[in-house]
Amino acid sequence: MLVLYSYWQSSCSWRVRFALKLKGLIYEYKAVDLSKGEQFSPEFEELNPLHFVPVLVDGDVVVSDSYAILLYLEEKYPQRALLPAADPQQRALNLQAASIISSSMQPLHMLSLLKYIEDKFGPDERLLWVQTHIEKGFLALEKLLIDFAAKYATGEDVYMADVFLAPQIAVVTMRFNIDMSKFPTLLRIYESYKGLPEFLASSPERQPDAAR
Amino acid sequence: MLKLYSYWRSSCSHRVRIGLNLKGLEYEYKAVNLVKGEQFSPDFLKINPIGYVPALVDGDFVVSDSFAILMYLEEKYPQPPLLPSDLKRKAINYQAANIVSSSIQPLQNLAVVKYIEEKAGADERDIWAKTHIGKGFAALEKLLKDYAGKYATGDEVFLADLYLAPQLYAAVNRFNLDMTQFPLLLRLHEAYSKLPAFQNAAPEKQPDAPSS
Repeated sequence: MLVLYSYWQSSCSWRVRFALKLKGLIYEYKAVDLSKGEQFSPEFEELNPLHFVPVLVDGDVVVSDSYAILLYLEEKYPQRALLPAADPQQRALNLQAASIISSSMQPLHMLSLLKYIEDKFGPDERLLWVQTHIEKGFLALEKLLIDFAAKYATGEDVYMADVFLAPQIAVVTMRFNIDMSKFPTLLRIYESYKGLPEFLASSPERQPDAAR
Repeated sequence: MLKLYSYWRSSCSHRVRIGLNLKGLEYEYKAVNLVKGEQFSPDFLKINPIGYVPALVDGDFVVSDSFAILMYLEEKYPQPPLLPSDLKRKAINYQAANIVSSSIQPLQNLAVVKYIEEKAGADERDIWAKTHIGKGFAALEKLLKDYAGKYATGDEVFLADLYLAPQLYAAVNRFNLDMTQFPLLLRLHEAYSKLPAFQNAAPEKQPDAPSS
């Protein structure tokens, strides 16, 4: 059985949980409590020396990093495809959107990084940093998707862009008070996600390690 | 002819230049000076509304983001392949690429190091860059240990090498990182320097590199 090392509040873990639900894949949930530093245990260090969740174990294959995990899942379990097969432009669009989130946004608002910014430069600077980088990323996504988005990010079906975008919007709006009204396309798509059973089932509050 | 919007020193552009060279693809080099803010010029934004570099133009199709570009090229021009056919080894390539593109590059790119330097000085900037690069490199040493051959994931050049080479270049040439703790990566850095596809993609060989 697939094993997923995850933390309930981690947006990167949410991406993979969302995709597993979409593909109808059963998995064993192994909680890694980031608030208690469990990512630094020797056992977890073996699985991912960067100490990040999520990590997927599939038999003798260990994959860390959500983007790598999702590409692995897409190839090994092609049902309910997350990348449109026949359309190179749409495929590129989905990969671009995923990269904007995984490279230009999330690494710059990781809590460990924000702590450094706050410790060194103060809470006002932390706030400014967070807002600047998140808004920059969302603005890029708004421009990227505006001509393609319909019910979901790149059309009428849920694809890789949505797997990244849905948890990203959910987590940053909750954590950082971002004004999404500046990004009407993204806001509209988000309404579609709110009605998606797989997104809801993969949400933090529904995970085994969610705080009561 | 393919057009590549690139900045000589951008490691993301560097990755794509290697990929184009490996696949024997000719392209028109269009320089975008990131230091001068040319990515915000109306001319560039007309071609690529999100203002990111690198961007590839293939006919009337524009794709930005180095990963999306490389996957587009991989599909349209499959030889030589940038990914091994073995899924386990393919996943190692995706992980290595993402360690670079999510955990290292975004934290030492131009905008971020400039910010740290402005706020806390050049010494702090260098400590910051070396810390994050070092963390990522330590993880890469562990990830690739059982897979590396002549190159990162075997005896042929694959995606991981396209991501490692520019990051190693930046670490060694820009940040003077002490590579003795990373023997595998140091060996790879030397191996890449012998390959024409990599040599010709190097920053100092680009049309927009400063002449002195």
